[in-house]
Amino acid sequence: MKKTGAEILLECLKKEGVKHIFGYPGGVVLNIFDALYDDKDLKLVLTRHEQGAVHAADGYARASGKVGVALVTSGPGATNTVTGIANASMDSVPIVVFCGQVPTMLIGNDAFQEADIVGITRPCTKYNYLVKDVKDLAHTVREAFHIASTGRPGPVLIDLPKDVSAGKADFVWPKDIRIQSYNPTYEGNRRMIKQAANEMVRAKKPVIMAGGGVIISEASKELTELAKAVNAPVTTTLMGLGCFPGTHRLSMGMLGMHGTYCANMAVQNSDLLIGIGVRFDDRVTGRTSSFAPDARIIHIDIDPTSIRKNVRVDTPIVGDVKRVLKEMLKDIKQDAEKKRGTDSKKPWVKQVDRWQKERPLTYRYDKKLIKPEFVVEKIYELSKGNAIICTEVGQNQMWAAQFYKYDKPRRWLSSGGLGTMGYGFPAAIGAQFARPNDLVVDIAGDGSIQMNIQELATAVINKLPVKVAILNNGYLGMVRQWQELFYRGRYSHTNLGGGPDFVKVAEAYGAIGLRATRPEEVEPVLKKAFKIKDKPVFMDFVVDWKEKVYPMVPAGAAIDEMLFDEEEKPKKKRKTKK
Amino acid sequence: MRHTISIHVENKFGVLSRVSGLFSGRGFNIESLSVGETTDPKVSLMTIVTTGDDQIIEQITKQLNKLIDVIKVIDFTGIEHVEREMVIVKITPKKDDRAEALRLAEIFRGRIVDSGPMTYTVEITGDENKIEAFVEIMKNFGIKEFVRTGKAAIARERIRKT
Repeated sequence: MKKTGAEILLECLKKEGVKHIFGYPGGVVLNIFDALYDDKDLKLVLTRHEQGAVHAADGYARASGKVGVALVTSGPGATNTVTGIANASMDSVPIVVFCGQVPTMLIGNDAFQEADIVGITRPCTKYNYLVKDVKDLAHTVREAFHIASTGRPGPVLIDLPKDVSAGKADFVWPKDIRIQSYNPTYEGNRRMIKQAANEMVRAKKPVIMAGGGVIISEASKELTELAKAVNAPVTTTLMGLGCFPGTHRLSMGMLGMHGTYCANMAVQNSDLLIGIGVRFDDRVTGRTSSFAPDARIIHIDIDPTSIRKNVRVDTPIVGDVKRVLKEMLKDIKQDAEKKRGTDSKKPWVKQVDRWQKERPLTYRYDKKLIKPEFVVEKIYELSKGNAIICTEVGQNQMWAAQFYKYDKPRRWLSSGGLGTMGYGFPAAIGAQFARPNDLVVDIAGDGSIQMNIQELATAVINKLPVKVAILNNGYLGMVRQWQELFYRGRYSHTNLGGGPDFVKVAEAYGAIGLRATRPEEVEPVLKKAFKIKDKPVFMDFVVDWKEKVYPMVPAGAAIDEMLFDEEEKPKKKRKTKK
Repeated sequence: MRHTISIHVENKFGVLSRVSGLFSGRGFNIESLSVGETTDPKVSLMTIVTTGDDQIIEQITKQLNKLIDVIKVIDFTGIEHVEREMVIVKITPKKDDRAEALRLAEIFRGRIVDSGPMTYTVEITGDENKIEAFVEIMKNFGIKEFVRTGKAAIARERIRKT
């Protein structure tokens, strides 16, 4: 029996194990929404903006490890997804976005609500399709999910003209998918792995730098084993938070622009840097010519283009992190020098501990003013480290990265590469759908929460107990911080001039609004919020607006040239290796 | 340094745009580009000439390989290969120079493919040096129009010594 394109699409989604679609209807997707009307198995979550739908699908994917799905209409519906898609692309998140398109005969005619979304999203998707014939639909969907979720994952977009979703064809689900020109490398080169293992055992001052690739590859266990086996301290990138237990004795926390003193010093003084599932972003490396000047660099990543893109690499290994680490562990265990190698690193681990004690992450508690770091610490304490933390972008994001310890993967959802304000709240909604029984907290700023605040309606209607902790300082805090430090305090357009009353906003949407203005109110507000199970909660924490994120590496400086609280002078420059 | 890169791609719409978008999006430059179908109608072959230091060329070839529609990438640098390009030139020699123009075209193994009362249209094929030299000489007669195809390249067969 023949099915319509819309019916075929829904069948395909079910075959792919999809349960939730985040979407927004419109003229040219009516066929699909009509098919959804009677469907019992697929839940469409109606967001209030297409950007919210894509971020929600992204949050869903990060929290669950599955592919997130969004469905929107053509033209403005499609163009509204672009930020969400670019965001998922930078952070390697598997999502599939379906856009409606005007009928094929009208494409190119500047029809109503027409946009060349395939052209627009070409550079920010892993791949995209325009389906021109309903017979190609099932195959295309199968391919799209395959491409999105394998290799280095990423967003895939499918453009569906209205006549394709209306057209009829037999539903044939391809058993097997093989794309001649798409063959990600999973197995690392044996010789390189052996060499890397050898180097790690013999290094005196190694540092492991782990990133989002470890989480995607689900290699946390192997990473932890590796760190123990060679006795190497571990730092994670922003994207890697949670891939190695933040409370582990070998954990140094995050590195880079707002990384810990310890992590940055360790990287700069190491003799061997092992980058695992990282891409050496500029926020991590600072000035690349002075990055890890004395270290040999091993780089393990599934994406060959990541290797040698930003920093020199001595031992490149292209492959799936989990498989590579497994092989590497075998080699290390068989190494006759293993015991001696581990012992020889003891002074280094001690030195790392000294750095940790010398300048730990800290802030000055105040009796009258709420410090934003204090709020994050309290969230950590009261959630016992078990919450899924989403963030917006800016100071809130950095404090959430610094003062919450992530022991497990997929509990840290943050826009790392693109730095998208307005990501956290819709992502939290997606995460709550993926993990209905977990506590999901969005740590937000008063600027960024307003970028997708309309999703409160989505959370209320779906009875999602998402918690939003707004660190309300009245400013676009991170930009203000740069203005204070580098633009002589000229606060050009960063004062938000008194935002809305967030408690009233929450209440107007039918959510719960709470406020704390004094430090002693923080804990009661959080406790009250965490008890609410059927509604979203906005917590308005009125915080010290002067607080800045430290340490800070100024843009273009080496990562050991950090600024600390009280405008301390940057540390003396290290000589760089010629 | 100048590199000639040949790229086997899926013969689908949008692929050229993906390849050229990769170059423009990352600030790489394309000097010459030619595209054509191969013996397999599902596969097209692009030949791109680009310049860059080793790191840039490494990035270009890796990024090209990463594109889903790209099947194979060959950088001909360091590989024995044959490179050819065709140009068609419409020259306007003065009446007295017409014979001389023909003779020079002959020397370069050029072919006259059209002629008008005031013009000759000459087709010539060769590697870059030959083409540059030819164009330089033809300038003396006055060039009215000029079109070049972009390069095509193919590896030389290795001769095995037994």
